[in-house]
Amino acid sequence: MTTQVLKNSAVEKGMSKTKMGFMLLLLIGLVAPYAIYPVFLMKVLCFALFACAFNLMLGYAGLLSFGHAAFLATGGYITGYAVMEMGVTPEIGILIGVIASAAMGFVFGKLAIRRQGIYFAMITLALAQLVFFLYVQAPFTGGENGLQGIPRGNLFGVISLKGNLPMYYFVLAIFVIGFTIIHRAIHSPFGQILKAIRENEPRAISLGYDVDKYKLVAFVLSAALAGLAGSTKSLVFQLASLTDANWHMSGEVILMTLLGGVGTIFGPVVGAATVVTLQNYLSQGPLSSWVPVILGLIFVVCVLLFRSGIVGEIKKFTKKNFN
Amino acid sequence: MKMLKKLMCSAVVSAMAASTAAHAGSISNDEVRIGYLADMSGTYSALAGPGGLEAAKMAIEDFGGKVNGKKITIVGADDQNKPDIGANKVRQWIDVENIDMVAGMVSSAVTIAVNKVVEAKDKISIVSGSASSSITNQYCTANSIHYVYDTYALAHGTGEAVVQEGGDSWFFLTADYAFGHAMEADVTEVVKQSGGKVVGGVRHPLATNDFSSFILQAQASGAKIVGLANAGADTTNSLKTAKEFGVVQAGQKIAGLLIFLTDVYSLGLETTQGLQLTTGFYWDRTPETRAWSKRYFERTGAMPSMVQAGIYSSVNHYLNAVKSAGTDETKAVMAEMKKTPINDFFAQNGQIREDGRMIHDMYLAEVKKPSESKGDWDLYKILRTIPADKAFRPLSESKCKLVAGR
Amino acid sequence: MAELLGFPPQVLFGQLLIGLINGSFYALLSLGLAIIFGLLNIINFAHGAQYMLGAFVAWFGLKFFGVNYWVALILAPLVVAAIGIAIEKTLLRRLYKEDHLYGLLLTFGLALIIEGSFVHFFGVSGQPYSVPAALQGGNNLGFMFLPTYRAWIIVASLVVCFGTWYMIERTKLGAYLRAGTENPKLLQAFGINVPLLITLTYGYGVALAAFAGVLAAPIYSVSPVMGSNILIVVFAVVVIGGMGSIMGAVVTGLLMGLIEGLTKVFYPEASTTVIFLVMIVVLLVRPAGLFGKEA
Repeated sequence: MTTQVLKNSAVEKGMSKTKMGFMLLLLIGLVAPYAIYPVFLMKVLCFALFACAFNLMLGYAGLLSFGHAAFLATGGYITGYAVMEMGVTPEIGILIGVIASAAMGFVFGKLAIRRQGIYFAMITLALAQLVFFLYVQAPFTGGENGLQGIPRGNLFGVISLKGNLPMYYFVLAIFVIGFTIIHRAIHSPFGQILKAIRENEPRAISLGYDVDKYKLVAFVLSAALAGLAGSTKSLVFQLASLTDANWHMSGEVILMTLLGGVGTIFGPVVGAATVVTLQNYLSQGPLSSWVPVILGLIFVVCVLLFRSGIVGEIKKFTKKNFN
Repeated sequence: MKMLKKLMCSAVVSAMAASTAAHAGSISNDEVRIGYLADMSGTYSALAGPGGLEAAKMAIEDFGGKVNGKKITIVGADDQNKPDIGANKVRQWIDVENIDMVAGMVSSAVTIAVNKVVEAKDKISIVSGSASSSITNQYCTANSIHYVYDTYALAHGTGEAVVQEGGDSWFFLTADYAFGHAMEADVTEVVKQSGGKVVGGVRHPLATNDFSSFILQAQASGAKIVGLANAGADTTNSLKTAKEFGVVQAGQKIAGLLIFLTDVYSLGLETTQGLQLTTGFYWDRTPETRAWSKRYFERTGAMPSMVQAGIYSSVNHYLNAVKSAGTDETKAVMAEMKKTPINDFFAQNGQIREDGRMIHDMYLAEVKKPSESKGDWDLYKILRTIPADKAFRPLSESKCKLVAGR
Repeated sequence: MAELLGFPPQVLFGQLLIGLINGSFYALLSLGLAIIFGLLNIINFAHGAQYMLGAFVAWFGLKFFGVNYWVALILAPLVVAAIGIAIEKTLLRRLYKEDHLYGLLLTFGLALIIEGSFVHFFGVSGQPYSVPAALQGGNNLGFMFLPTYRAWIIVASLVVCFGTWYMIERTKLGAYLRAGTENPKLLQAFGINVPLLITLTYGYGVALAAFAGVLAAPIYSVSPVMGSNILIVVFAVVVIGGMGSIMGAVVTGLLMGLIEGLTKVFYPEASTTVIFLVMIVVLLVRPAGLFGKEA
């Protein structure tokens, strides 16, 4: 009982720290576009949201999905199609994209959550590949051409998102919403039960929890938020393409999360920012063709040497030296 | 951190640039900046790729490195044949690095995506590598020029020649994206007009490595002609598989609809002899082409494909237009380029139409037999010239929004 | 495609035969994955890269040292197995105490490194490798023209697959291997050098991938990305067959090749997705796979 209480107070203390960190991050986010190319920042935000959504599965439910690219792509394609062909406003387009991703997450989840560990990873990977091939052929995705020239449109029908700055603040708002949802989910009773399942599934079952149901809800939530990232991204770049559906994208989001710190709230954000910056920076210079190799090296180093990632290591370090 | 700094500086610079760009009659940021976008390492890298970048650099050097006293710079990037990578790159080029003109551009899917960005940002693109005739048809923009060739020209060159020799039933192996679709549509039209018919076809993904089941379908179709509506490594792989499965021995003929000098060179004359093809340029045609190609060869170790030659010519034409317009402002330069005929080693009396199509003579060529070839690069004999007004889709059939009365 | 609706037999048999050839590759690759998974509990994500390495070693050998195809068929698997053993001894070994997922992530990183460096040096368009003289030409089977080399692929892969099966099911070494899969600690207690067994197993699985790579070299162009294209399909095959089952991997591999071929006749649009659809159905009916044991 006492340990439980101690833990709770630690959680609360942690939360206030998290809140401070979040405020700091938000402040940086608000002024950043005046110093840095906004489209680059928007890319970072989209991938940060994507990685946070992925982290919900790996970090808190302990399930490694190797198929999250499918949700990112679904969000992008559906939103793109809705905005282009049905002429809806951006926020409605995003909503439709998110619903589609969540629905796909439900189907994936139903099929995959019966298995764990490697089996779960393989099944999600294969399902995502199925989705990839469907998108190659489906007429509404434009196949190899992708969807091009998606209009950014007017938010609520009135605020034009054509300029990079308004678009940036829109993306920032979406990121904050997504991030808050994840944060709340993790710290709700639902999140605690997820963690319990991760730590000891048979025990959670014996306590009477419908484990599969909890996992499925987590998976759908994760898919929906990954879709949100994809939807937003398609509006930022005004295109949706097969790159997002490729299994390498599923690998990339794992890398972002692993590098930043699995199961930490800021880890995926740090990881996504690092990876996107690295890709952007390297693709300019003479090292451009080495990008996959460098990502692979980071992967290997992370797995072998620091499995808790950047944020995890910092946490360990501060705990050791300042507590 | 360095990255951030760089981006920061560029953002400030671009904010300042935006205020100065309004003044016409000047060169924005005191520099003419060209971005070269192409597949640098993939399926299509031989026909444009690093060689095309070298050709563009040659054009700048020959121009003296300066236009109206302002420096000309060029940057290159690899689009990996992916529309998203190409479009994002160009967006960043224009937003951050103040690129005035984009050259190269190979995969049609990339080109269409990039042209949309270029149109939205009101800059210029000159497409040399892509084939799809839709670039100046339903996807035409006031900011883009299609310089070297297109699927309409290929269909009316190679396609017509094949049908005239009795190839009146066709089966297509089509690369499943913008280019393949346009190629197939344009040839189908030619075949039907000439009284032939299309009996079937398969669409394969870009960069397929196993063509065996497609070739099998082509054999089962009973068509006289197997038309390859693909390009680069896909064409060479189709030809290899066709050879393995004995397509020609069984009595069918293969028509490669888009074949570059570099493909013929890498496959060898033994495999390609007798193939007919349409090209916008051949190095061994006139003294001028030979002189330029020799210089190109000295720099790259290979003879130029029509795309690489076209890149030089297009960059040169662009710089000339900037010079006489006295500005790099988009509207003025586009008007100047469309007004001035192109007369160089690449084209005689070439003309850029209102839809952005550059029209010039094309050539129907045949690949030489090994016995006829006198050197490594002695590969084609030119059968006939297809005059400019016959080679490209007439404006009367155009679906382009810029063409009057549409 | 209306003229195909009647399905003349030559189309059907032709596509089935092509399917069987593709199935041969699936079988070889999923067999290697299954063996590695059985003992190491690791999904070897670098399998595709090692398959590619096999093809490249053959290409290097021919181009720079004049090593012919037949020698390469033996030599390339040995070279790639040596690389695999080095990876196992220096990297994979450190992760056996951790969650098995880390093994998957490590090999994924390795695959990125290997493929990325090859793309840097060779581009993605592929290098030519010609069919060995003895296997050139082909026979007209009546319903189709079968190139001799493609027939050889089926024979070679069947021989290797069933040889492997025999070795595992009928020999002493195979018995150790199976025992190690069931209970490595107990086997160690019997005085068997289990770490060595693990190393050799990984080496053998990798060698199978390289062997498939050499077989593929003359018909597909030797390209750095040839492995990543086929790998995911093979993963689906392994899921369908039931992970870790030797016979399951081989039979499912061949079967999936045939199903793919059949789909190309009846509904070509679905030929790239049919294996994944089969996977979904199998997962719904038998979550452990066709030949797998319920975990």
